[in-house]
Amino acid sequence: MLSAEAKQKIDREIAKYPAGQKQSAVMSALRIAQEENAGWLPKEAISEVAAYLEMPEVAVYEVATFYNMYELKPVGRHKITVCTNLPCALSGGVHVAEYLQQKLGIGFNETTPDGKFTLKEGECMGACGDAPVLLHNNHKMCSWMTPEKIDRLLAELESK
Amino acid sequence: MSLRPLILANTNGDAGWRLEHYLARGGYSALKKVIAGKVSPEDLIAEMKASVLRGRGGAGFPTGLKWSFMPKGEGEKYLCCNSDEGEPGTFKDRDILRYNPHAVIEGMTIAAWATGATRGYNYIHGEIFELYERFEEALQEARNAGLLGARILGSDFSFELFAHHGYGAYVCGEETALLESIEGKKGQPRFKPPFPANCGLYGKPTTINNTETFASVPFIINMGGQAYLDLGKPNNGGTKLFSISGHVNRPGVYELEMGTPFAELLELAGGVRGGRKLKAVIPGGSSAPVLPAEIIMDCTMDYDSLSAAGSMLGSGAVIVMDETVCMVKALERLSYFYHEESCGQCTPCREGSGWLYRIVHRIENGQGREEDLELLESVAGNIMGRTVCALGDAAAMPVRGFLKHFQSEFAWHIEHKGCLVPLDVQRAGSQIYVSPSC
Repeated sequence: MLSAEAKQKIDREIAKYPAGQKQSAVMSALRIAQEENAGWLPKEAISEVAAYLEMPEVAVYEVATFYNMYELKPVGRHKITVCTNLPCALSGGVHVAEYLQQKLGIGFNETTPDGKFTLKEGECMGACGDAPVLLHNNHKMCSWMTPEKIDRLLAELESK
Repeated sequence: MSLRPLILANTNGDAGWRLEHYLARGGYSALKKVIAGKVSPEDLIAEMKASVLRGRGGAGFPTGLKWSFMPKGEGEKYLCCNSDEGEPGTFKDRDILRYNPHAVIEGMTIAAWATGATRGYNYIHGEIFELYERFEEALQEARNAGLLGARILGSDFSFELFAHHGYGAYVCGEETALLESIEGKKGQPRFKPPFPANCGLYGKPTTINNTETFASVPFIINMGGQAYLDLGKPNNGGTKLFSISGHVNRPGVYELEMGTPFAELLELAGGVRGGRKLKAVIPGGSSAPVLPAEIIMDCTMDYDSLSAAGSMLGSGAVIVMDETVCMVKALERLSYFYHEESCGQCTPCREGSGWLYRIVHRIENGQGREEDLELLESVAGNIMGRTVCALGDAAAMPVRGFLKHFQSEFAWHIEHKGCLVPLDVQRAGSQIYVSPSC
């Protein structure tokens, strides 16, 4: 399940840590595995990461379940995580979440029937000055979201 | 006005983060000075102590003193930078990593010289992944220029530095949870003692400082500890980056002299949005007790003034709330956050944070009971001081702060089974707002 390219990327991460500390690369390895498995971590991916890093499977599973940007169930092609924490909420975070729910016709932790979009509620992303803020597929931060910008974003993602 | 950019001076947004730009701003001159002058670690630490730089992550511990705890002698020692910025309201380290990542690299390298650290990691909040990638690029630039890695600037001093990303766990901002996380485990805080200076990353001596703390180091070395201290006020040295969010016209990061009056910061941020009335301010990140308008307007922004007012400077994250805010609803959201982010290790925090949320939630939803305010105090009191790390206290302190200053609003909720601030007013006040300057 882990491609040769993914293993190469993981090797680069392992090299950052002292000899004998491969386990330190587990967060990156899970991230890399998730990126090439449609945005989530099937059990086999966790097992492969464990084997590759010579860790007990349960230790990798613990990490995968502890950090909330890892997904243990399938998600849509585009995962959108909206921050609704207090600083964002004061500048429209909740309104943005409502707008997305209405546009996509789904609630939090749901995926559109065509499998394109999953909506999540997120905790503080450390970008409160850019409120309302959302993340696309964990890595792309979108700042100062308005209904117009959301329309543009969704249209652009729709075609991808 | 006391706008005094140091770390963010002349940084030119996204166009000025690369090594060439940093060098043009005088970057790496402090490191060159230290290496060429063979400044002794003792003298370097003395300079840091003279600056009275206090940890910018929230706890405010004196940096020079922290460095002095590292054992002398040879052997593996580590340096970690805490860029796991996830305390609601805080977004200053993100700007440092965006606009001036080399200041962090230079600061860490100088700290390695002072503490004897051989290897370092910058732990970067997973949600700002793009800046993790940028930091990796900056590291490569520094290595290519001989400013990092083996035999720095041709000397016999070596220091390896790498980036490590988080992936969505607020608790990893706690320094020992951060170490666990780098070791590839769940980020559950360690019991202290032993302290990281004796037993840290991989069981070796380790110093952990915040991003802004490290980024301040080159400026302190260049201008001298005393001059840096003089920028602020006694016991509260230097400049500070304030993240200001919520109901202001121009939210963002402002770098000011420590001790600047809150009123000036508010004015710099364009004042309260829509000309509405200021109701309350959380001055130091969501864990800091909230202060009502009449108290915060008399405060200066530094450790001592905010502590005397019953709150704290924390990370310098200022959350501004105007008269349209329902204080119960505001606390409900914060309590949910701590409940969600409790790592589950200590019973008082794991269970107590859930109780706090559920009680505030039922008050907000018209199902509050007469005894609930006392119950909230009791649950908060039974968390505080009874957990391995400060997350438990961080869940309890906002509850106590909100009850201390806005008890009548909570009581009104319970009695009338609804909000004191009409719902349409709340909704209008929390509309999507994007500053014209964005």
